[in-house]
Amino acid sequence: MSEMLKGIAASDGVAVAKAYLLVQPDLTFNKTSVEDVQAEEARLDDALAKSTEELQAIREKAAKSLGEAEAQVFDAHLMVLSDPEMIGQIKQNIQANKVNAEAALKEVTDMYIGMFEAMDDNAYMQERAADLRDVAKRILAHLLGVMLPNPSMINEEVVVVAHDLTPSDTAQLDRTYVKAFVTDIGGRTSHSAIMARSLEIPAIVGTKEITGKVKAGDMLAVNGIEGDVIVNPSDAEKADFQAKGQAYADQKAEWDKLKNAQTVTADGKHVELAANIGTPKDLEGVHKNGGEAVGLYRTEFLYMDSSDFPTEEDQYEAYKAVLEGMNGKPVVVRTMDIGGDKELPYLTLPHEMNPFLGYRALRISLSELGDGMFRTQMRALLRASVHGNLRIMFPMVATLKEFRAAKAIFEEEKQKLVNEGTEVSNTIQVGIMIEIPAAAVLADKFAKEVDFFSVGTNDLIQYTMAADRMNERVSYLYQPYNPSILRLIKHVIDSAHAEGKWAGMCGEMAGDQTAVPLLLGMGLDEFSMSATSILKTRSLMKRLDTTKMVELADRALKECDTMEEVVALVEEYTN
Amino acid sequence: MEKKDFHIVAETGIHARPATLLVQTASKFTSDINLEYKGKSVNLKSIMGVMSLGVGQGSDVTITAEGADETEAMAAIVETMKKEGLSE
Repeated sequence: MSEMLKGIAASDGVAVAKAYLLVQPDLTFNKTSVEDVQAEEARLDDALAKSTEELQAIREKAAKSLGEAEAQVFDAHLMVLSDPEMIGQIKQNIQANKVNAEAALKEVTDMYIGMFEAMDDNAYMQERAADLRDVAKRILAHLLGVMLPNPSMINEEVVVVAHDLTPSDTAQLDRTYVKAFVTDIGGRTSHSAIMARSLEIPAIVGTKEITGKVKAGDMLAVNGIEGDVIVNPSDAEKADFQAKGQAYADQKAEWDKLKNAQTVTADGKHVELAANIGTPKDLEGVHKNGGEAVGLYRTEFLYMDSSDFPTEEDQYEAYKAVLEGMNGKPVVVRTMDIGGDKELPYLTLPHEMNPFLGYRALRISLSELGDGMFRTQMRALLRASVHGNLRIMFPMVATLKEFRAAKAIFEEEKQKLVNEGTEVSNTIQVGIMIEIPAAAVLADKFAKEVDFFSVGTNDLIQYTMAADRMNERVSYLYQPYNPSILRLIKHVIDSAHAEGKWAGMCGEMAGDQTAVPLLLGMGLDEFSMSATSILKTRSLMKRLDTTKMVELADRALKECDTMEEVVALVEEYTN
Repeated sequence: MEKKDFHIVAETGIHARPATLLVQTASKFTSDINLEYKGKSVNLKSIMGVMSLGVGQGSDVTITAEGADETEAMAAIVETMKKEGLSE
């Protein structure tokens, strides 16, 4: 029997394939007393043997698909599995305390993990502790007779089903086999959704219960445009989904024709459609989708994909690659945005009750702890500036004093480089991301000092509505079209224009087909979005008349009380 | 019994790849092989034991081997120490 589930459509496209459950099994156990210690030791040996066999297979696969160097990580894991000292201690623990293997394993491995984590030798020992945790988890799974998912072993076309997907989960997935994602939780801006759009595979998030409804090997039909997923579809349903997939592919082919076209509205006004990127590798997608600029380069991946602070040289190379790759077109680089939900293994930040309202992004950069890394980033950016059209953007600015402090550091490092005889560009624009309501409200003051604004809607909406965008119970408050949000955005755009500056947007909203007509009407200059949304938006722009959209925006700002009214008004104007 | 002192010059100390290779080398022999550092002694065939010592650059360590193949074992360890730039 087929069963239909609904979720949030997070990435366009249609796929029909077998389910692959990327679900962590339950690894809880009770500490129990055992009489037969030999039998307990035998259970341990058996779990060790199975873990070794499994890891060897994973290592072989990794060597083939990623190369020998990457595969050596698993040698360290295999060595732990055959460590005579540690295994001896676990067995001794079983004998002396007459406890089950699970409890003995945990006690001994926790002892080592604690020891490694206590060493001052930072990053390296933290990684070893993580290795040991990983190995201990694998042994424990075999002791309990449950399966750990091994996404790197996927070797056929699948739909990945998970509670949520973390960056490290997605990094292990072989892109040639993964045809779609379906998750229990998340929204359009969660990592899994963003990842799916950059991979150009369909995704449905926030289904609430997919992991409970699907067994390994079930067939899934996924429609990422409408947010529908069918478990074990009938032949008729499969055919229906495949037809929708074909229609989408046809439409995409139509959009592809706009790849090299300028973005113009029906009445001939030009607007800039830019792309959001995370690494220099993403430029491929920008070019493939006809991006006219990079509106947001998230530099935190330089920090997150590394086991220590990225050096000035590493950063310089990355920035240079992006600037050169864009061939003189604008590139807005956002400075380090760590904290909130993004942590670094080598930077210990205090645990906070409200990390999104805490010590993050520019607040770290301007503090004693972050000063060194911020200056390193400034130097790398300044040096790279001669290779293209660089714009620097500070995230999480709440006050003008913060902007002035950050700008002063920029000027200081610039002067130092000039004194050292290093060439730097004199036309670098320095602006801010508008994501804190305080900065949006005071935009008229900011506009006198910054070169540009870029509205980060994901955070601006969550801060304005005081609603955590990851929390499903309050996800109904994530309302990009609420008149309150629109008024804030309008004020930001008007403030920029009054001072002869430009205003862009780099949140998900910039590529949202309901928001675009409103934003065009409000006078937004630059729209920056996932590269895969660009052609769809260019096609939409062609159908919009600026004069009509100005009227739409005016009416939405003045007449509408609720988000629903705004949506209805947009429909009236665009259909 | 074979016994030898080493002065560790590698910048990372006995860490990462060199530590792994040292353990792999020791594991090839049947002799009991131990690594002593700051009055603590661990089994050189145990990566967990070796890492728990946290031997840094500039440390002095002693390695002992005792058993049927102790001479060959010590020779191989000296060789690995040199090859990996752990000790001169």
